[in-house]
Amino acid sequence: MSEVAAAGAQVEEPARPVRIVLAKVGLDGHDRGVKVVARALRDAGFEIIYTGLRQTPQMVVEAALQEDAQVIGLSLHSGAHMTLFPAVVEELRRRRAEDIVVFGGGIVPEDDIVELKKQGVAEIFTPGAPLQSIIDWLRNRFPAR
Amino acid sequence: MKVRYAKETFAEWQRQFEAAPKRSDGVSATTVSGAEIEPLYTSASPADGPEELPGEFPYTRGIHAAGYRGRLWTMRQFAGFATAAETNRRYNYLLENGQTGLSVAFDMPTLMGQDSDAPTSRGEIGHCGVAIDSLDDMETLFRGIPLAQVSTSMTINSPAAVLLCMYLAVAEKQGASMKQLNGTLQNDILKEFIAQKEFIFPPEPSMRLVVDSIEYCAKEVPRWNTVSISGYHIREAGSTAAQELAFTLADGFAYVDACLERGLKIDDFAPRLAYFFDAHIDFFEEIAKFRAARRIWARHLRDRYGAQDERSLKLRFHTQTAGVSLTAQQPELNVARTAIEALSAVLGGTQSLHTNAMDEVLGLPTDKSARIALRTQQMLAFESGVANTVDPLGGSYFVEALTDRMEAEAEAYFERIDAYGGVIPAIEAGFMQKEIADAAFRHQQELETRQRLIVGVNEFTAGNEEDEIEILRIPPRLEQEQVERVREVRRRRDQARAAKAVTELRKAAASPSENLMPYILDAVRAYCTEGEIMGAMVDVFGLYTEKAVI
Repeated sequence: MSEVAAAGAQVEEPARPVRIVLAKVGLDGHDRGVKVVARALRDAGFEIIYTGLRQTPQMVVEAALQEDAQVIGLSLHSGAHMTLFPAVVEELRRRRAEDIVVFGGGIVPEDDIVELKKQGVAEIFTPGAPLQSIIDWLRNRFPAR
Repeated sequence: MKVRYAKETFAEWQRQFEAAPKRSDGVSATTVSGAEIEPLYTSASPADGPEELPGEFPYTRGIHAAGYRGRLWTMRQFAGFATAAETNRRYNYLLENGQTGLSVAFDMPTLMGQDSDAPTSRGEIGHCGVAIDSLDDMETLFRGIPLAQVSTSMTINSPAAVLLCMYLAVAEKQGASMKQLNGTLQNDILKEFIAQKEFIFPPEPSMRLVVDSIEYCAKEVPRWNTVSISGYHIREAGSTAAQELAFTLADGFAYVDACLERGLKIDDFAPRLAYFFDAHIDFFEEIAKFRAARRIWARHLRDRYGAQDERSLKLRFHTQTAGVSLTAQQPELNVARTAIEALSAVLGGTQSLHTNAMDEVLGLPTDKSARIALRTQQMLAFESGVANTVDPLGGSYFVEALTDRMEAEAEAYFERIDAYGGVIPAIEAGFMQKEIADAAFRHQQELETRQRLIVGVNEFTAGNEEDEIEILRIPPRLEQEQVERVREVRRRRDQARAAKAVTELRKAAASPSENLMPYILDAVRAYCTEGEIMGAMVDVFGLYTEKAVI
């Protein structure tokens, strides 16, 4: 990874697939959504690391750093998003890894989305969002070199 | 495989119908135009064809000869949020509005066996349900509600034994006898490993606790439904209807096996096992699922387990409309979805029903949306006429064919689970989890490719921009208040008594032949917190982590 960066990401270098850590933060175990998203993103060519359930913000950030991920996707259905999503952003800041993009999914009311974006969460996908909208958003954010 | 009935059988049904208690609400059992409705319809020449009757084995047409003419289903709205005091207010509101049973929703820390002041409880307190840390909170939750007179369902699994003991202790303080108590404990740990994933201990000690509670209640709390074997969460996690049916009944058989292994007698505990299913949007498929469930359970209990008591053979179930079918887009449409789903549960012969509020896809229900959901059930019961005749769809070519197919698909799954060596080895191999995840992914792809339409989601979206709906918010100060409350309980209790109770429980947990219920009850009475009680058992049993499979 660092070699590629040092070489200045030459044009002929094959583009590395975007690597995404998907995590269930908080106490709820509803993993239907995150698993469907994981499969869809994998099929769309992203590299997916799924952490499993009940991850703390520290664990998620640690996983993202270990895996050299560019993106963290958070899933949560318990209503604790206003505490835990910003805590992940904060932990990234603390670990000087603010370049990692954080997005989330779950039952998040509109007002909360506005506030979460202010606090540094890049995007929130709510119930009924097509998988393609998540894929498109990521491709737009990380255009193939 | 159906049974034929002769004229004598019909006479027997008639005798049972006459003998059954009837509803006393005075509501006419005629159509809105005034036509008389028979309590039961059969084919024109019953002696010629194979046919079943309600109240008779294998109960495809219902477990009661009189159906809803005898007694309506219980309208049991699942509720709980914020603190015990707030939820107590909602319970009183629902009871005043004609609800006939209580159903407690606990918050995530309570479901996961931890106290409100645990670090990982932050942000979770009171959001998904009510926060209960100790007997003190439970007393507040049921303040002014006589537990000897209501029936209460509690949706709790890993810490089920602890919450049941809290309930028993509140009843004790109210002066009610344990023998009088009516209610249901979800206590279904197997579906947690399969679908909802709120597990704490590994499968073996988890099963021990379930059997402990069944054994204890069989003696001490005989009217309590000890396990509500749940398909709801399996379905919500993305399974098909047949998978929901198959995995749930397979779990039921696993509990029966575990109790028999403990040395309990089938007819001493089987009548107190209940079921809980999802009512999804595919109307006829759901009705067939409910009918097939009764038939499968009756056959297995009689033929495989040798149950003799008729009550062991009769599958009783609660139904909740499908949360997963609700849409965040044009949420008012969810009232119509819920009505369709609720109707399938009624036509499938449910014993109790929760109808979802339209806003549950966005947050917790408000007083108004909770009332509309309850009113939907009341419309079905009292306006629509569907409760006038038993199993009105019995004999429908379509419904009977679907029912047979559901049964066959479930039996095929039982064989596949048996090939793993039973439910627990199949869980450990990830079999059911994979089947469910595959089905969920298939469904999502069908939506993306528009092979399946959902109004407001991938079609008929005009109006989505008007989504403005009031949602219930939990004020952040309630979280801090709850944290202070549990600390206060720990400060003011008899410390020596509490410490001794936890030590005794830990010791008993290490001895596999002990039933843990009396020890847990002692700890609860000593105001040990849920986290302390569960912690003592974690010390002995350890924690379970699953291997995450995508």
